[in-house]
Amino acid sequence: MKRRTFLGAAITGIGVSLIGKAGADQPPIKIGMSMPLTGGLAGGGKPSLLGIEIWRDDINAKGGMLGRKVELVVYDDKSSASETPALYSKLLDIDKVDLLFAPYATVPTAPIMPLVKQRGMVLIGNFSFQVNSKIHHDMWFNNAPWGPADAWASAFLDIGQKAGGKTVALLTADQEFAQNLAKTAREVAGKRNLPIVFDQAYPPNTVEFSSIIRALSAAKPDIVYVASYPPDSAGILRAVNEIGVGDNVKLFGGGMVGLQFGPVMAKMGSLLNGVVNFNTWLPEPGMYYDGTKAFFEEYSKRAVAAKVDPLGFYLAPFGYASGQLIAAAVKATNSLDQKAIAKYLHENEVKTIVGPIAFSADGERKETATLQAQFQGIVDNNIDQFKKPGKQVILFPEKLKSGNLITPFEAARK
Amino acid sequence: MFSMDLLLEAVVTGVLLGCFYAAVSIGLSVSFGLLDVPQVAHPAFLVMASYAVFFLNDGYDIDPLLAGVLITPLLFVFGLLAYRLYYETFERRGTDAAVRGIAFFFGIAFIIEVLLILYFGVDQRSVTASYIGKSWRIAGMRVPLRLMVAFAVAGGLTLLLSVYLSRTFMGRAIRAVAQDEEAVRLMGANPVRIKQWAFGIATAVLGVAGALLIIVSPVDPTLDRAYIGRTFCVVVMAGLGSMTGTLIAAIILGIAETIVLTMFGASWAPAISFALLLGILAVRPQGLLGRR
Repeated sequence: MKRRTFLGAAITGIGVSLIGKAGADQPPIKIGMSMPLTGGLAGGGKPSLLGIEIWRDDINAKGGMLGRKVELVVYDDKSSASETPALYSKLLDIDKVDLLFAPYATVPTAPIMPLVKQRGMVLIGNFSFQVNSKIHHDMWFNNAPWGPADAWASAFLDIGQKAGGKTVALLTADQEFAQNLAKTAREVAGKRNLPIVFDQAYPPNTVEFSSIIRALSAAKPDIVYVASYPPDSAGILRAVNEIGVGDNVKLFGGGMVGLQFGPVMAKMGSLLNGVVNFNTWLPEPGMYYDGTKAFFEEYSKRAVAAKVDPLGFYLAPFGYASGQLIAAAVKATNSLDQKAIAKYLHENEVKTIVGPIAFSADGERKETATLQAQFQGIVDNNIDQFKKPGKQVILFPEKLKSGNLITPFEAARK
Repeated sequence: MFSMDLLLEAVVTGVLLGCFYAAVSIGLSVSFGLLDVPQVAHPAFLVMASYAVFFLNDGYDIDPLLAGVLITPLLFVFGLLAYRLYYETFERRGTDAAVRGIAFFFGIAFIIEVLLILYFGVDQRSVTASYIGKSWRIAGMRVPLRLMVAFAVAGGLTLLLSVYLSRTFMGRAIRAVAQDEEAVRLMGANPVRIKQWAFGIATAVLGVAGALLIIVSPVDPTLDRAYIGRTFCVVVMAGLGSMTGTLIAAIILGIAETIVLTMFGASWAPAISFALLLGILAVRPQGLLGRR
C-alpha cells in the first residue's frame, strides 16, 4: 500500500511539474497598443501606461491569464492620429497580438476604429470621447467614466442652474474632443431654454487668452462652460485671474483638460479656487474600492522613476481597470475568443479599482461616473494638498457628493 | 457686439503681445534674415532656453528674467558650436546647403525635444514670479503684468541688437557678410567666423526670449511646433534682417490677432498671420523694412 501511495504521489508530482513546465513554456498573451509617449498628449499617455504596467505586473505575479504570462507590446504614436492606423496594423499583422488596448485620447483612437472593426477585435478604449458613435463597433468598451454623450454637459449645467444661472457662455478648443463637448452642451442648453450668449472656438496654439476672456466677460454670462486642452487651460485661468470674468458668473469650468494633472495643479495653485471641473477619480470619501489604495501606493513609488504625474488620479487607475476588465472576461470565458470576451463584457458588471463598470450597447458606461468637483481652499506650490480630501469637493454624482458649491465664482476664488 | 472699449483693449493687448512675438523672433531675424541659415530649430532652441529658466527658477528660486540673462553666455557658446557643426557638415560642402541644412536643423530640433522629454518629462512646466498672474489697471483697463514685462524686454532687446548691428565693428561686419560674403573675404576677413559669431548672438538672445516664453505661458517639450510658423512669418514680413522691421511686423501681427480674437471670433486668428504675410509681400515683396 505504501509503495502504491509513493508511486502515485511520484507520478502525480511528475505530472504536475510537466503541466507546470508546459504552462511556463507557453507563449505569453500579448496585449498590443500604441500610446502617446511624446507629443502633446504624452502628459496623459505616460501615466496611463504606468497604470497598465502595474496591472500587468500584478496579474503576472498571480500567474497571468489562462496560465500564461501577460506581455505588453507598446509603440509611441507621438500623439498623432496619422501614426495609429499603421501601428495597429503592425500590432495585428507582425506582432500578432492577442488583445488590443486603444491609445489614450480621442484623436489617436478615432482613425483605428474602422480597422479594428474590420478585423473583429475587442478594443478597450482609453478615455476617448464618442469615437464609436458613428462606427458602431460592437466590441468597443471605453474604460472612461463618461457614460451617455450628454451626461457631461447635463451635470455641469444642472449645477449652474441650481446656483441661479440663466445664460451660458461656451469657450471651447477647436479640436474634436472639445467640439464634441460643445455640441452636447449646445443641445442640453437648447432643451433647457438656457440662452447661449457667447460661443467661441479658439484655435490650437493660442498663446494669449486675455482678449478672449475680455470678449467673454462683455457678454455677461451666468454659467461659463469651458472645454480646453492642457496648455490652454492654464492660459485661460491665468487670463481669468488677470482680467476677471465678471461678478455675475456663478459657475466656471466644466471640461478643462489639464487641471487633473498634478504638476499643472501644483503650479496653478490658488488660481484653481472656485473652478468646477470634470474629473474621474479623487481622494474623496466613497471613491475607494477593493485595490484602490494599494494601487496608488504602488503608483506613487513608480511615478517618480517614470517621471510622470506624481498624483496620477485622472488616468492611471483607469489603465489598471482596463486590465481588470480584460482579465475578468478572459477568466470567465476561459479563452481569448474575441466574440466571447465582448459578449461577457456586454452582459456582466466587472469590479475594478475605480468601481464597478457596466457597459451599454455602444460600449460606453451604462451610467455616467464622471465627477464634477470644485477646487476649494487651494494654496500655492503644494502638490501634497491634493492627496487630501476636501480640496476638490465632489458636486456630482449625487451619491458621491462630498461638499457644497461655493458661488458666485469670484467669491469662490477668494 | 461692437464696443469701442473692447477694441481699444484689443489694440493695447495686441501691442503687448506683438512685442512678445518680436522677442521670440528677433534671434531668427539674425540667423535666417541676415545669415541665410535655415534655422528651423530656432523655436526648439527657444523652448530649451525656457526649460533652463524653469530649472533655475524651480530649483534655485531665481527670477525668470534673471535666469534668462544668466544662461545667455551658455547659449552663445551653444550657438557657436551649432553653427560650426552646421558649417562643417553642410554649408561648406556645396550649393544645396540650404536644403540639406533644413534637414540638419530639423534633426537638431527633434533631438532637443527628445532630450527635454527624457530629462524633464512630458508635463507642462511654468515659473513663478511676482509679476505673473497679476494685472495693472490703466485707464479702467486691466492689463496683464507679464505682457508688460514682455513689452519692455522686447523693446530693449530690439534696441540693443539694432545698436549692436549698426554701431559696432562686429555688427557692421555681420551686415557686410549678409550683403556680400565674397567681398568680405576679399577684404581679408573670415566670413565663416563672422557668421559663427552672429549665429552665437542669435542664439544668445534666446536666453531672455525663452524666459519671456515661459513667463507668458506654460511650456512643454513640443511647444516649438507652435512657434515655427509665427516666428518665420514675423521675420519674412519684417524684411529679412531688419530688427526694427521685426518689431513692427510682430506688433502688426499681435494687434491683428487680438482684434480678430476679440471682435470676430477666435477660429479666424490662425489665418491672420499668413494672410497678413501674403498681403504685405504682395505690396512689398522685400517685406516691411527690407531692402530690394
